[in-house]
Amino acid sequence: MSHATAPSHDADHAEGHGEHYPFLAHHFDTPEQQFETGKMGVWLFLATEILFFGGLFCAYSIYRALHPEIFEYAHYYLDTKLGAINTCVLIISSVTAAWAVRNAQLKQTNMLVINIVLTILCGFGFMGIKFIEYSHKIHDGLLPGHAYHPAEPVWELPIYKAKYGEEGAAAEGGEHAATGEHAATGEHGAAEKGGEKAPAEAKHTGYVKPLMGPHEFNREPRDVQRFFSIYFCMTGLHGLHVLVGIGIWVWLLLRARTGEFGPKYFGPIDFAALYWHIVDLIWIYLFPLLYLIH
Amino acid sequence: MSDSKNAGHDHDHDAIGHVTPPGLLLLVGGTLLFLTAVTVWVTMADLGRTGNLIVAMVIATIKATMVCTYFMHLKWDKPFNAVVFASSILFVSLFITIALLDKSDYEGDIQEMNLLEGK
Amino acid sequence: MAAPSATVDDNFLTHEKGILSWLCTLDHKRIGLMYLICVLSAFLLGGSAAMLIRAELWTPGPTLIDHQTYNQAFTLHGAVMVFLVIIPGIPAALGNVVLPLMLGAKDVAFPRLNLASWYLWVIGALCLITSLITNCADTGWTFYTPYSTTTTTSVIPALFGAFILGFSSIFTGLNFLTTLHKLRPAGMTWFRMPLFLWAIYATGIMQILATPVLGITLLMLIVERAVGIGIFDPALGGDPVLFQHFFWFYSHPAVYIMIVPAFGVVSEIFPVFSRKRIFGYKFIALSSVAIAVLGFLVWGHHMFTSGQSIVAGTVFSGITFLIAIPTAIKAFNWIATMYKGAVHLDTPMLYALAFLWVFSIGGVTGMFLSVMSTDVHLHDTYFVVAHFHYVMMGGAITALMGGIHYWWPKMTGRMYPEKLGRIGAVIVLFGLNLTFLPQFVMGSRGMPRRYYNYLEEFQPMHQLSSLGAFTMGLGFLLVAYYLLRSLKTGPKAPDNPWGGNTLEWQTTSPPAYYNFHTPPVITEGPYEYADWTYDAKVGGYVRISKQAKS
Repeated sequence: MSHATAPSHDADHAEGHGEHYPFLAHHFDTPEQQFETGKMGVWLFLATEILFFGGLFCAYSIYRALHPEIFEYAHYYLDTKLGAINTCVLIISSVTAAWAVRNAQLKQTNMLVINIVLTILCGFGFMGIKFIEYSHKIHDGLLPGHAYHPAEPVWELPIYKAKYGEEGAAAEGGEHAATGEHAATGEHGAAEKGGEKAPAEAKHTGYVKPLMGPHEFNREPRDVQRFFSIYFCMTGLHGLHVLVGIGIWVWLLLRARTGEFGPKYFGPIDFAALYWHIVDLIWIYLFPLLYLIH
Repeated sequence: MSDSKNAGHDHDHDAIGHVTPPGLLLLVGGTLLFLTAVTVWVTMADLGRTGNLIVAMVIATIKATMVCTYFMHLKWDKPFNAVVFASSILFVSLFITIALLDKSDYEGDIQEMNLLEGK
Repeated sequence: MAAPSATVDDNFLTHEKGILSWLCTLDHKRIGLMYLICVLSAFLLGGSAAMLIRAELWTPGPTLIDHQTYNQAFTLHGAVMVFLVIIPGIPAALGNVVLPLMLGAKDVAFPRLNLASWYLWVIGALCLITSLITNCADTGWTFYTPYSTTTTTSVIPALFGAFILGFSSIFTGLNFLTTLHKLRPAGMTWFRMPLFLWAIYATGIMQILATPVLGITLLMLIVERAVGIGIFDPALGGDPVLFQHFFWFYSHPAVYIMIVPAFGVVSEIFPVFSRKRIFGYKFIALSSVAIAVLGFLVWGHHMFTSGQSIVAGTVFSGITFLIAIPTAIKAFNWIATMYKGAVHLDTPMLYALAFLWVFSIGGVTGMFLSVMSTDVHLHDTYFVVAHFHYVMMGGAITALMGGIHYWWPKMTGRMYPEKLGRIGAVIVLFGLNLTFLPQFVMGSRGMPRRYYNYLEEFQPMHQLSSLGAFTMGLGFLLVAYYLLRSLKTGPKAPDNPWGGNTLEWQTTSPPAYYNFHTPPVITEGPYEYADWTYDAKVGGYVRISKQAKS
């Protein structure tokens, strides 16, 4: 206990205290203790993040378990390619973040700055792609709740056609005609403000059994907007975390340039990287859950 | 920080925590990218409704485990931090499982109502 | 251990001066006191709402306020009492002051985060007050959908307030858990830790694992209300019962977040005022952790009548019974602690005894409610109201009062008037029982909770209950009066007025800025009283060994 040093002042980073370590806060004895304490705090915080997202995963699980057809239908609206690119971007940023920790530990200030910049760029890249995706969704009326007015049903989408178009036409010609007819009514229904798809769907009364296999859709399932509620909640909250992460990295970039971090004091870099990895980790689950539905 | 510099490599050696070698970082990163490709590719195969979901989740879990173990240093860290993390996962699964237990009980009524309303 | 108080007048209260030195402080003791002031002010607000409710229920139908205002009053009362008073009450206010002291640390692990938690509390409180001023929410503190998404009152500020307060609570829990793990001085082993710290530890686990779910729930509800995403709205294919699952996944553990610290406080008070080592230390310590874990598995007992499946209901009911075991372990151990002890009936001990009695009533009636079939009859009646007030009011608030009196000399350096303290405790206890016992009777006869109007036959019971509430209100005013007065006129407190052996009694009253003049060395458990003897000159207890040496 280094109590002997006269109380300096309130600041966490009490100056003049702990002769060798200007960064050592007054209530810690050693840099190790300070680091381990910070690290445990961050892990506890990450645990709360897991629980925080856990709520959304719970909502997801329940809705998917109850209505798999909605997810199978609506995921065609998402662009798997953009999702996959974003996954890769985040993974690369995780590598650079982990590398930044190494740089900080070895006091490689230049490399540290480079890796932080790369991480920030990846973060912006991720958000840029997210922005493109969101604008498409907004443009196409693929929004949660009352705002859901899709510009076209999934079977009109190029992705869907590329995958099942010919097969559907060849094998189920009759049904194809029905889909065509429905596409028209679907648009009609969408044009009606707030009318859900109910008027159009009414023709198909009694047809409530979820249809097996995505290529057999011949009408839009009920309440597809649920998918977009979940989609926007999950990716939106995740995106918010990425933005916060970028903010933290920018702040650390400013600090890193001064050569502040080294073998005895790299906690902030390590903690930011841990946070960044957890954001990556959540995306690792979000990607298959939202984009890769068979 | 000049102090620790002066103290020389003594400090470098007992730097707090484990320093991950660059080769390992790249290896893990590469594997993660590879697994991303695999998971996209596997989705194209038809393994049944739950089959595809299970495969996707298994791959995601492998990826997540790699991130935790290597990038997040859990392999070299105090075990307690892993306990903290594991318990958060445990409680989320508990939450989801118990809530799922209950999922279909009132859903039947909603479906029935929808039928009656002719939707 | 501590230097005699004569040598220093420099303590944490006088170390720096001016309002800014408080608002920017990183000292856990000051932050704790700021919490205490805020929590008690909020208690006044919530208590006033309660008085309004009880006054309104004097007669059936309109008495003082209209039905809408009545709904808003009970919502405000519930939200304020739960989120602003009871949850932060013991851990954040008392815990902040005494946790590092009891542990022998210089501060909590993250002092700035600690201050941030306090500011979050203030922001959260301001949000709730915004809701109160604009058009107070009338959903009840549970914010059940679909009503909370359709009512015209301003629910969003209230939700946002609760969301922010959740983060305040998370950060406090995180801070304390880390402190307890990483800032233990030499000799402070896990099983030499005072039981209050064990209770705070268990509370921290729950704050970390449960509160984020409240955060996401309220966030989704805010978004739901703002833009209609339809996750909980049945009209958009959403699931209102899902909201209840979400809400109670947090709010049931939250009940233990409220009560487990109270267990901790009385676990300190019983041995000190019985002058006897605590009975069953490890059982009390570990039962807190057991409650923390089991508390996560019982949330569905709030939903027996919500359309939850029978399987889920049965599982939840069964696990709820189990909670009684660790709770009863504590109660029996406290009783065993007093057995053949030299029981001193000072004010803190009166509150602790009141706690034991009143909380037991609350706990046992909880067992009635955990039986599914009984719950169908009693659900949403005054029986439930009485049950949770016996637990929350009789448990958490009583323990908070006990804790405030117990640590008052340490926190402020002044003694409160003992006689008035005892009178206050008795009035509060009497009022409490008069308020809530009739509610058990009414509830079992079918009086529904949250109703503005009621049948004539319930009027005598309601009036008894209101009388009790007013008595309790007066009791609290008396307590507030003498506590505030003691700040000026109270005699200077000795370092160890009660003869406790936990570390906070081994520094000065009030403690020095850095807590201990010499770092404490821990060589024994926290409940060994053989070394302490009462010294009338000092007005408190002193170490025998020290006297002998000097």
